[in-house]
Amino acid sequence: MLRPLFFMASIFFAFQVQAIVDGHEYPFTDGTYVENYTRAQLFRELAEELRCPKCQNQNLADSNAMIASDLRRELYKQVKAGKEGNDIVDFMVNRYGEFVLYNPKIKGITLVLWFGPVALFLLALLIFFMVVRSRRKQSKQDVKDNVLDAQELQRVQQLLHKSEQEDK
Amino acid sequence: MKRWALFLPFAIFVLLGFLLWRALYLDPKDVPSALVDKAFPEFNLPTLIDKKPRNVADIKGQVHLVNVWGTWCISCRVEHPFLVKLAQGGVRIVGVNYKDDNDAALKWLDDLGNPYVFSVDDEDGILSMDLGVTGAPETFIVDANGIIRHKHQGPITAGNWGPLEKIWLELSAQASTAIKTGE
Repeated sequence: MLRPLFFMASIFFAFQVQAIVDGHEYPFTDGTYVENYTRAQLFRELAEELRCPKCQNQNLADSNAMIASDLRRELYKQVKAGKEGNDIVDFMVNRYGEFVLYNPKIKGITLVLWFGPVALFLLALLIFFMVVRSRRKQSKQDVKDNVLDAQELQRVQQLLHKSEQEDK
Repeated sequence: MKRWALFLPFAIFVLLGFLLWRALYLDPKDVPSALVDKAFPEFNLPTLIDKKPRNVADIKGQVHLVNVWGTWCISCRVEHPFLVKLAQGGVRIVGVNYKDDNDAALKWLDDLGNPYVFSVDDEDGILSMDLGVTGAPETFIVDANGIIRHKHQGPITAGNWGPLEKIWLELSAQASTAIKTGE
């Protein structure tokens, strides 16, 4: 009887959620249980999606560089304060450029990045079909060239006839 | 198939080879700064020596180099003598002492000379974060209106000062004509 009530209460009242990123614990305590839960989730997501500006091929969660730990702390502070994910990403991009996004936005400068592979694939497909078509045309032409006209047929028959007679 | 098409794979090979060869000489750490052509971020920090509060207005009116440094940073020691020389030559340099120990920083300036008009004490790295600093040393060229015009990563040396000097001279010339025409 009391237990479901307790559960309900825990959802709506302060309840700590822990995000563990790279072995460090980041407690979220300021909001309701649901808020804390979504914030911990957001923190984990962003720490993995934002790239360390110093170390190039690591995200904020993985990197031990001084700048990465500073940015992790800043990220934690902002998420904890309930800032929206988009605003936090903008904060980072305004300072460190598009470079910090492992998941870059679609715009002029990133179009090649996003659609380059698709474009190359379509180009390859186009070339493939062009080659196939030209070969098919060629082989049809070859067959046509190989069909004998009446004169040639007569000559073949003559030759065959002749050789048959010679065999006898 | 047309004859030229036979050369297509070779052409692609040459193109790819060229791109890869070029990439050998590109510096992947040379990330474009998000702050070039933007206003220098607001700050309110005490100076290192006399603890006087300084803000962004203090770097307006003249062209400045804003140099992010720390005593923990080895490349900063490499570039320091050159900065001293620049300052003696009349280049105004403002320091941002990035997450540093105060006493160590003061001793550094005592021992190695102080090229800075003033250095602000960015103990928590807040200004440096607003500047998008990824590591010291980094140097920004800020024009007389407080707009960041160039960012240089790594130490400034006699070897790489050339192009920076050109920017600095251009901006200084612009600033002095603006003063003359009373803008």
